[in-house]
Formats: sequence, structure tokens, C-alpha cells
Amino acid sequence: MQGWNVARARMTSASASPIAKRCRRSGRLHLTGAARTTVSAVATCVLQAAHALAADGPVNAIPNMFAPVSPPAEGIRSLSFLVMAIAAGIFVTVTAVLFWCVWRYRARSDDEHEPPQVYGSNQIEWSWTIVPVLIVLVLFLATARTINELQASDVPPEALRVTIVGHQWWWEIKYPDLGVVTANELHLPVSRDGARRPTYLHLESADVIHSFWLPQLSGKTDVVPNRRNLMWMEPNQTGVFLGQCAEYCGTQHAKMLLRAIVHEPAEFDGWVAAQKKPAAVVDTVAAGRAVFQSTACINCHTVDGTNANGRFGPDLTHLMSRTTIGSGAAANTPENLRAWIDSPDHFKPGVLMPAMKLDDGDLDELTAYLLTLK
Amino acid sequence: MTVLEEGIARPHAPERASAWEVVHDWVTTVDHKKLGVMYISSALVFFLIAGFEATLMRIQLAVPNNDFLPPNTFNRLFTMHGTTMVFLVGMPMFFGFANYLTPLMIGARDLAFPRMNAFGFWLFLFGGILLYFSFLGGDGLYGAGTAPDVGWFAYAPLTGKAFSRGNSTDYWILGILVSGFGSTGTALNLAATILTMRCPGMTWGKLPLFVWLMLVNCLLTLIILTPLTAAQVMLLFDRYLGAHFFDTQAGGSAVLWQHFFWFFGHPEVYVLILPAFAMANEIVPVFSRKPLFGYPFMVGATVLIGFISLSVWAHHMFVVGLSPAANTFFTLSTMAIAVPTGIKIFNWLGTMWGGKIRFKMPMLWCTAFLFSFVIAGLTGVMLAVVPWDWQLSDSYFVVAHFHFVLIGGLLFNIFAAIYYWFPKVTGRMLDEKLGRLHFWIFATGFYLTFTTMHFPGLLGMPRRIYTYEAGRGWDTLNLITSLGVAVQLVGLTFFLWNVVRSLLKGDPAGDDPWDAWTLEWSTTSPPPEYNFEQIPVVHSRRPLWDLKHPEDPDWRYE
Repeated sequence: MQGWNVARARMTSASASPIAKRCRRSGRLHLTGAARTTVSAVATCVLQAAHALAADGPVNAIPNMFAPVSPPAEGIRSLSFLVMAIAAGIFVTVTAVLFWCVWRYRARSDDEHEPPQVYGSNQIEWSWTIVPVLIVLVLFLATARTINELQASDVPPEALRVTIVGHQWWWEIKYPDLGVVTANELHLPVSRDGARRPTYLHLESADVIHSFWLPQLSGKTDVVPNRRNLMWMEPNQTGVFLGQCAEYCGTQHAKMLLRAIVHEPAEFDGWVAAQKKPAAVVDTVAAGRAVFQSTACINCHTVDGTNANGRFGPDLTHLMSRTTIGSGAAANTPENLRAWIDSPDHFKPGVLMPAMKLDDGDLDELTAYLLTLK
Repeated sequence: MTVLEEGIARPHAPERASAWEVVHDWVTTVDHKKLGVMYISSALVFFLIAGFEATLMRIQLAVPNNDFLPPNTFNRLFTMHGTTMVFLVGMPMFFGFANYLTPLMIGARDLAFPRMNAFGFWLFLFGGILLYFSFLGGDGLYGAGTAPDVGWFAYAPLTGKAFSRGNSTDYWILGILVSGFGSTGTALNLAATILTMRCPGMTWGKLPLFVWLMLVNCLLTLIILTPLTAAQVMLLFDRYLGAHFFDTQAGGSAVLWQHFFWFFGHPEVYVLILPAFAMANEIVPVFSRKPLFGYPFMVGATVLIGFISLSVWAHHMFVVGLSPAANTFFTLSTMAIAVPTGIKIFNWLGTMWGGKIRFKMPMLWCTAFLFSFVIAGLTGVMLAVVPWDWQLSDSYFVVAHFHFVLIGGLLFNIFAAIYYWFPKVTGRMLDEKLGRLHFWIFATGFYLTFTTMHFPGLLGMPRRIYTYEAGRGWDTLNLITSLGVAVQLVGLTFFLWNVVRSLLKGDPAGDDPWDAWTLEWSTTSPPPEYNFEQIPVVHSRRPLWDLKHPEDPDWRYE
């Protein structure tokens, strides 16, 4: 705890956090000389591979843990470089000995004599016991230090607090201090030197275990029913970052996608203001609203200010402010929305939302209504 | 030494038995060798089934947004694949080789309790069949689900009545429970045999390392199956008697199941891999033509691995929100186990160093095992680094890691062991040419699949997803991974062909085709039912070396 408090105290000072600073030194934490070269080589390889793969898509299409934009993920990357450097050293040494043995000591066909029978050597045994013990000690100390620095324990007063509730198979996202409820898309303010905006997430589950994972922002933390876990992130770059549920949670575990949208602070405030508005009431779609309010939709979904107050499915008050439907199963376009309502199984087989068997007219009107929920 | 020579018995010419007699003989046998062969053959059949399941999954994942398999089918396949490979392939392989070889290596005529041995085998087999019967009978009364789809570690509360309707989860519980009883009996049996039935002269310091490792493994099995069985019974209580151990909606704990399961589950990984070490301990020295380097340290490292493996289970739970103190403890214990494991690798290298290594099939596989296991060990250390594990846990990196352990580690050595002991069991050699095709093709496929599989994990791909979107950087990597499976299947075909062909017309093996040193090579191939006409007396770890080199016997140095 002590280490954590020190780290927090330094982070809240005017300068950048120690973790962030360390990461700017290209992750060469704790290293000197040859190890430094090895780390750079490994890091370059990994990053080049990642970039080669990333060439086709938009910048953040790949949830690459080696392209972090937030201190917890950056701290993990730094530590991973240290570990990879040590692992690479061990790998090269041991396999070199193995290949040497294979080449040097292979039996020649003309040699029938048995080699000298050697039974062992205590000096050699102790030396190859002690060296690994020392390596393990280094790794352990580096790990213990990073655990203390990164694992969230107390929520600092200036933090934005978010409650995440995992459901089969979507994410409920609540901002208790701001009075905002949304789903599947986590909106965050960017954190800058001098205007720090860390976000702390309380993780809860409505049913089974899920795991909240946005690799570029932080490591994952399980979302466990009957338990409240805490994690934090502090993105220092705007943009969209992808992730998804990482703990198997049933049929549609694969389509329990997650995205984080990191805004400039003013933009974030604008998003909050828009989310706090009551649901739009547009007279031209009264028929569609009537369909919505007279079917089972309202048992599971909430639209603020109407009789729809179900909690089983995502809040639809500002449905059209989201870019995807079905927790990332499809883009939120009018055609997809209509097809989704008609048959949710089409995009997401096994989803818990039933097909309501509406006729085409009702379907059109309902879609038109939902399209007004901006 | 003359005692040993007299112990070599010649088989009598067998009379041709009718098919019924053969079946009756195998079904009613209590002979440890026949039971060993039945364990290994059943494990191979289950291996092919689980491999087929894996192939279907890799077809589904070869390209993004694939709809070759519906999600539920995919989820059932990975559950059955994992459960089968761990409980119905890895465990029976251990019991099969231990059964066949332990009495032969310690100069005994059978296990301590032959009838219990047969009982253990049949419990395992019918437990496995019960699990697979779920494909037919899993519909039960409720008409929901067939095979279990809860993952091989069956996390609560997904296994509760609320989320797992029908009977598929019950088949998972009961199938594993039943085969677990069999495992407990056989482990007890083997331990009793090793403790009490070693031949004269075979003190603890002269016990073949294979047998030492089997003893540690049996004791581990006895310790860890208990919490698994208890947890499974508690889960049954939850499902049918209204208990709430894991029922989170009534105040139960999902994390409790994980503690129970992984207290079994992590030592279980060592139960699976120690037999691989045991095989390498026999094969590497014989083909390097040197005694195993550092025997006492190898014994010490094994015992240490056994102990430490009981205190590392929560490294499977770094992401469930343990306290920083708990995370720190389990990272230390997990890293600590790398030390004795490293000692083993160094000692194998020390054995090869200065030898005259004959690269026959068993040694080829053991060499590939050493290479793979270095990688598996290092990725294991990466996973032990708690903060990095917050990224790597439940990603494809973990999947790649444990397949390096269980294929590159365990399966490679099972192949090595099959090539090594097949002549003893059947009296015929496996073909070297077909063996080499099997080795090079299968190993190429393995490295193609599982080296590649690390990278989607690093790029954020979680495990157990039946499909993924295009453009996340996972597409090409997954395609390569799937293509590697096709290559492995070709390699496997050569293996199966080799086994069938060699059974029918392989070269006669003779008693001791590898010029080896442990007692099983002193009797005939295959050994008579009573193993040895006279119980041998040993004076060193390598009784047959002493016999072959009377001018320079081992007992002078040990």
C-alpha cells in the first residue's frame, strides 16, 4: 500500500506521472548495456510486426497491447520488455547449447565405443541452480514493484467514476456522478499533463463472469457476480480503442465487444450533456413509439421519460448516439437496426433478445421511432 | 549378475486363440501390461476424437466472420476438446505408461493390487464414454443442449441451473467424477507398488528416474483429485439439492470454484508433464550413451516441483481481483517453480554433452521436446509476471503457451516413448523412414500452428471466441494457425500408418534393441505375463550396464 500511495502522490503533482515518464524512455526500465540493445531489438521486431499488420486499417483497429495509450498499459509494456529481454537471453543461451550438443556430440557411424561415463558434478549443479534463482529474484522484484504501482486500490478524488455491469452478452455502462447510463461504448476524457482525468471503473456482473479488456488502455479485470472489482485507466490520446469480453461467458461470448471513445475534455462534456437530455419526442414517429410501448420491448429496455423501464437489455434513451448495435455485432445503421429488430439471431445467433414477429409496417414504424432516439 | 540372465524368459509358441477368447482375455485381464496397453490405446482413440474437434474449430477460425460452425457447437467443441485432452488423453497416458513400465522397471511381477488396477481402468473408460454419451443423451428431460459448453474448467456460475439448463453439465461433472475415482485408485496402487515391491538392491538411490517421477506424480494425483471431486459434488448439490456454494444469486461465491478448481488444475498440469519428463529421463541417457547427469539433483528437482506446484494455483486467477499481496505471493511461487524445471533441462543437456548421440526416432522427439519446452517455460514465466498476465490471461497467448507445454512437451515425449517402448510391447520395431516423415511433418505443423498462435493473443484476441471481425490484425495469423493443423494431420497419418504397418510386419525387435540399461530390457519382447522368471537383483541405477560391462560396472561409482 505504501508504494502505491507514494506513486499516487507523485502522479497528482504538476509533472507527468512516473509511469508515464518511464514509458517515454521507450520502456528501457531497469536496463543497461547489452540488455538495452536486446530489448530494443525485440521491441522493434514486435512493433514492426504489429505495424505491418496495422497497415490496412484505421489506427486503432488493432487492440495491440504494445501500442498503449494509458499508464497501466504503458507500465505493463515496460515490464514486458524487461521480461522479454531476459527470456530472449535465456532462450538464445539454452538453445545454443542444445544445438551445439546435437551437432558436436552426434554419433558418427564408424564409432562403436561408448563415450566416457560422467555421472554429474555438484559444482555445475549448484551453479545452474543459483543463476536461475538470481534471475527469478530480479524478475520477482520488478513484478512486485509494478503490481504495487499499477493495481488500483483507492479511487482518487479527481477521478471520473464509472460502473460497468457485465450482462450476457453486453456491457451496461453507468456514470453515477454524472447521471448517465449507456451501453457497450465507454466514453472517456483524455488526460493531459496539468489536467489529469483518470477514470476508475467499478466492475459488477448481472449474471456470470465476464472480463473487461481494452488492451491499449489497461490489462483486463474479471467482472465477477457478487463481487465488485476496481480497475483504472488514464488515456493520453484521443480516438477509438477496441476490446472485448475476455472470459468465456456463454453462447455469444465472441460478440460481446467493447469500444472506448476518448474525447477532448470539452467534447466529453458535450457528450455528457447530450446523454443527460431526456429522450427525444418526435410527433412524426408516434406510431412507432406506440408499437414500442405496447410490445414486450419495454420489459427489457429503458427509454427515459416513458413507461419503458426494463433493465434486462441496454438503455435505448440515446440509442442513435452509439455506433454499433448488439454489443458490436453490427454497425448502427437504419438497415441493420431494422434487420436486428426483425431477427436478432441474424447478427448474433443465440442472443437473449427475442424476435418480436412484427409485420413489415410495424417494423418500419418502430425503426423510424428508434432512429429518433439520438 | 547371473540372476539377471536367468531372469530372461523365452515365450512359448502361442496357440491361435478365437476372437471371443481374445476379447474375453482383454476384458477380464488384471495384467498390468495389458491394462497399460488398453490405457494407452484408449487414450490414443480419445486423442484422435479431440484432435478432430480441434480441427473443426480451426476450420471455423481460419477466416474472419466464418459461419462454418454455429456458436453453441463451437463452445461445445472447445469444452469437449479441453476436457478430453486433459482427463481422457493426458491422464490415461500417464497411467498407461506407468502401468506398463513400473513393475518391469522395479523388477516386480505386477502392481500391488491387480484387480483394483483393472477397476481403475474400466472406471476411466466408462467415465469417458459417459462424457461422450452427452452428445446423444445430453438433451435429457429439458430438451436443451447436448455436449457440455461450459469450458473445461467449468467456471461458476455458468454451470449453475440458471445458466446451464438441461443435463449437459451433469455429464461433464459425472464423467470426470467417475474417471477421477479410477485415477485415485490407480495412483494409490502405483504408489503402493513403488513403495513396497522394488526388487532386492533397488534402494531409493537406485530407482530408475522414470519410477521416481511416477511416484511423485501419484502422490500429487492423490492430493489434488480430492478438492476437484469435492467441488464437483458441491456443484451437483447446487444443481439438484438447492445448495448455494457457487450460486452467486444467493450469496455463493464464483471465486470459490476457481480456488477449488485450480488447486486441482495447476498441479494437474504437472501431473500431465511429469510423465513426459520421466520418459525423457530414460530416453535421453540411452541415446546419448551416458548415464543421466546429476541423478540426485533430478530427484530433488522433481520432489521440489511436486511441492511447489501445490502453491501456485492462483496464478490462473490474477485477473479475478485478488489483493496485491496475494498477487505478489503467487507470482513468487510461480516463478520459483521455474528453477527446478530449469535444473531438469540443464541436466538433460548435461547428459547429451560429451555423449555420442544416436538420433533414432525416440531421441529426435526428445530433442524437439527440449527445444519446445524451453519456449514453453519462458512463455510460462511471462504469464507469471502478474501485470503482464493482466494482458495475456485468457488470450490466445495462453492457448499457445499451454499447447507448447502439452504438445511440444507432453505429446512429443509420448511419441518418443511410443517409438522407444513399442518394440518391448509388441516385439516389433516401428519403421524409421515412416517415423522420420511423421516427425518432420508433424513438428513443422506444430511450430507453424502454435508459434503463430502467440501473436493474435498479443494483439488482443481472447480465447474461446467462435468468430472475430476482419481487420483486427488477426486474419493472416489465424489462417496460418489453421493451415498448420492440416500439416499436423498429414504427419499424424504417417504415425498411424506406421503403427498399423509395424504391428503387422515390422522388423523383429529382440529383447534389447536400443542397447539400454533398465530392467524392462532384460526380459523378452513382449514380456511374459509374469515378467521375470526370477526376481532380479540390482546393484546400481543401470543394472544392464553392469551386466554388459562387467569390467566397469556402475556400482563402483554410485
